[in-house]
Order: sequence, then C-alpha cells, then structure tokens
Amino acid sequence: MSAEVMDASDIRRALTRIAHEILERNGGPEEVVLVGIAQRGDELARRLAERIREIEGVEVPVGVLDITLYRDDIGMSAEAPELHETRIPFDVSERTVVLVDDVLFTGRTVRAAMDALTDLGRPRRIQLAVLVDRGHRELPIRPDFVGKNVPTGRRAQVRVLVEEVDGRDAVVVQEA
Amino acid sequence: MNRHLLSMRDLSAEDVVRILDTAESFREVGTRVIKKVPALRGRTVVNLFYENSTRTRISFELAAKRLSADVINFSTTGSSVAKGESLKDTALTLQAMGADAIVIRHASSGAPHRLTTWVRGHVLNAGDGTHEHPTQALLDLYTLRERLGRLEGLRVAIVGDVLHSRVARSLSFGLVTMGSEVTLVGPPTLIPPEALAWGVQIDHDLDAVLPKLDVCYLLRVQTERQRLEYVPSIREYARRYGLTSARVAMLPDEAIVMHPGPMNRGVEIDSDVADLPRSVMEAQVTNGIAVRMALLYLLLGAGGEEG
Repeated sequence: MSAEVMDASDIRRALTRIAHEILERNGGPEEVVLVGIAQRGDELARRLAERIREIEGVEVPVGVLDITLYRDDIGMSAEAPELHETRIPFDVSERTVVLVDDVLFTGRTVRAAMDALTDLGRPRRIQLAVLVDRGHRELPIRPDFVGKNVPTGRRAQVRVLVEEVDGRDAVVVQEA
Repeated sequence: MNRHLLSMRDLSAEDVVRILDTAESFREVGTRVIKKVPALRGRTVVNLFYENSTRTRISFELAAKRLSADVINFSTTGSSVAKGESLKDTALTLQAMGADAIVIRHASSGAPHRLTTWVRGHVLNAGDGTHEHPTQALLDLYTLRERLGRLEGLRVAIVGDVLHSRVARSLSFGLVTMGSEVTLVGPPTLIPPEALAWGVQIDHDLDAVLPKLDVCYLLRVQTERQRLEYVPSIREYARRYGLTSARVAMLPDEAIVMHPGPMNRGVEIDSDVADLPRSVMEAQVTNGIAVRMALLYLLLGAGGEEG
C-alpha cells in the first residue's frame, strides 16, 4: 500500500521555508551556491534558487552533482550503476555549498557527495538540505534544512515525484 | 554486456550506445582539476602487451589510474616471457596475483579469447593479430558521434590495407551495427575477399568515392611488417590512395578525416592534410581515455556471477 505524505502545495511551502532558512543561516545569499544531487535533487536545487531570487532578487549559482563514481557499493549489483551528468559551472572553493537531495536515508549518498565535492575544490562549509528525512542513518550525518520528517519502516520506499520528470509534484511512501 | 571485451561483433547497438554515453560522463571527469574518481579503488588492472604499443598502453594505463585502480604493466621484453614462459603460465601467474582485469595485446589472433578460458578476471582485447581492436573502434565511434552528431546513415570510407588491419575489421563491424554505410577502399590485393559478408561495400577508386563521404578513415601503411609485396611500391600506393590536399578538396565541406595513428606523413596522409581542422586525430586520442574508462567501469563495476 502507498500513501501520499506531501502534495504539490506542501512541497512548495516546504521549499519556500527552506529558502528562507538558508538565507537566515548564512546572513544572505552572497556566499551561497546550491548543488543538487542527481537525479531529483538538481530539480529541487533549481526551485530553491528560484525562491531565493524572489525573496532577495539575487541569482545564486546552481550545479548538479552525480555521485555514482563515489558510491561505496560499486561492483555489488549485477550491472555497473548508470552515470548521470555532473555540471558545476563555478568554483566551489571558499563558498558555502548547500547540497540538495530529495530523500535523506542512510546518509551514504551524502557521504559520497561530500567526497565528490571536495575533489572539485575546498568549500568554506557544506550544508545539507533535504525535502524528506526518513531516518535510519548508517553514518553520522544530519541535515541542516529539512522539508518534512517522515518516519518509515526500514524496508519502505520513499519516492519524491517532481513535475519536470514525473509529471506531478508529490512525496509517496510505499510500505513493504 | 559480456564479462569480456573481445570483439565488436559481441556488442549490440544498445551496448555501443551505453558505452558511448558512459564515456561522455568520463569526458567531463577529464576536464576537472582532479581528473580522478574512486570508482575502482582496490581493483587491479594488468596491461599484458606482447606487441609494442606505447599509445594504447598509456591510454589504458591512464584510464585505469583515473578510476583509482592499481595498474601493473607487464611487457614481454625483460620479463618471464623473454625466458620462454607460455601465455597460459603467464595468465595463471597474473590470476594468482589477483588481477581483476587483463588488457592484452598479442600478435596472434584469438589470444584474448584463449586467455578467458584460463583466468577469472575480465579480459579486454587491445589488439590481437589481424583479428580485432575493439577499443579503437569504440573511440572512433565516440569521436564520430561527437563530431557529426549521429552514426546512423553516415557514409564512411575505410582506406588502405584492410586485409591486415584489425582496426578496419572492428570499425567496420561497429559502424554496420550502428547503421552507417561503410565502403572499404584500397588495391584489390589489400581488401579481403570475405569483406562483402561484413555488410560493407568495396571500391578500388578513392577519387570516385571521396565526394560522397561524411568520413574518410585512413589506415596506417604498416611498412614495418613487410607487407610491401602486396603493392608495387609505397610511392605507387601513396599516388593512388594517399590523402593529398587535392583529394581533400573533393570531400564535402563537412566531412572529417580520421586516422588511428601513428601516421606516416607523406604516405597515407599528406602532412598538410593531417594538420587541417577537419582532421580529428587529437580528439581520437583524448576520447580514447574516456572510452577506456567507460569500458573498465562497465566491466569491473558490474558484480555478480563467477566466470
């Protein structure tokens, strides 16, 4: 069985709040760059940048990061994991990089993302924004900005749907 | 995809697209300040080269290193092979040392295939006799797709000593799989009679073919292999099949010139022609690293079944 835990307006409000929190925490948008983790995080990062532009009138740079080559489970599935685009057309050094992902689960993706990011430069600090925190961490990682905490079973599936890819905005939990 | 890369004939169009798309991602890695990713950390790749080939070996070495694999270069001079060790014993030794992949170049056609029966690791054919050279074909396909935007319907001439060329065989198979129209061009003595069965055309008159091409692919005249008895003389060959400035003028404006290297300037290609913007040899070399990274990643990054 599956349940919709966020609809389009829930997601919109959550992203607006996160945009405000990012600005508040960092004293404005000047040092901030957003890096979305492929494949849903990049869309969320673009939307956060849009909100920040509406609030502050400033364009913050947005990049997309594919962490596949930094995963700790390469060689453990039948096929090599598919690669996606990495496009970070700015220097991350001395900036505050806000990593953006759809769902925070074990924390392994974020660990890989931090390694990938530090190979690209030396950010002044890295922060983490996620739309959904579903718990079950396996690494000492905690988000700075959370859209919604969604308690789930270990084996449940949490899917974030975004208009541009999936045709609608929603967060759906499928219990195993 | 198979566990090994032995022949372009083993790859479907879908496999080729997957390899080229993966290579595209690795091109981006090659533009970074730190051109290295941890994907194959802890894996061991052995370069086992029974023929000298500095460029192919270096390309594979760089590809493996950029994926963080450990690389061992096993060349045959000054090694146990020079002391008379058989391919099988060498293979078993490498196996015992835990080689996850073996990149082999060998003068005998079929040697990579034999190797797969002795080792558990992945085998990549880096050129075997007059049989195949699949990684060269794949980097050529990548370069073609990058420059011309497609492979389907491309009109490609492969010019020169097709008979002894593993590059020509692998590239023909790959191009035909991807829906390109291939014409083999050269003197009758250097075109293998069975080539028509590959799904290609054959022509002996380069000047007649040039105006209808998207790609003119020149093969190296292998002067060192004493194959000169197949043509009256090198000069005669160059006069009829060398790509001169006059011949380049017969190509359509958009057509590109390719060569697997190393070039014999003044024989199969004039020096001026080699340096034209439409000659994409440098791109071929750069793309070769990305394509070999993609192959190592796709083969070694897959887990599962014991071979």
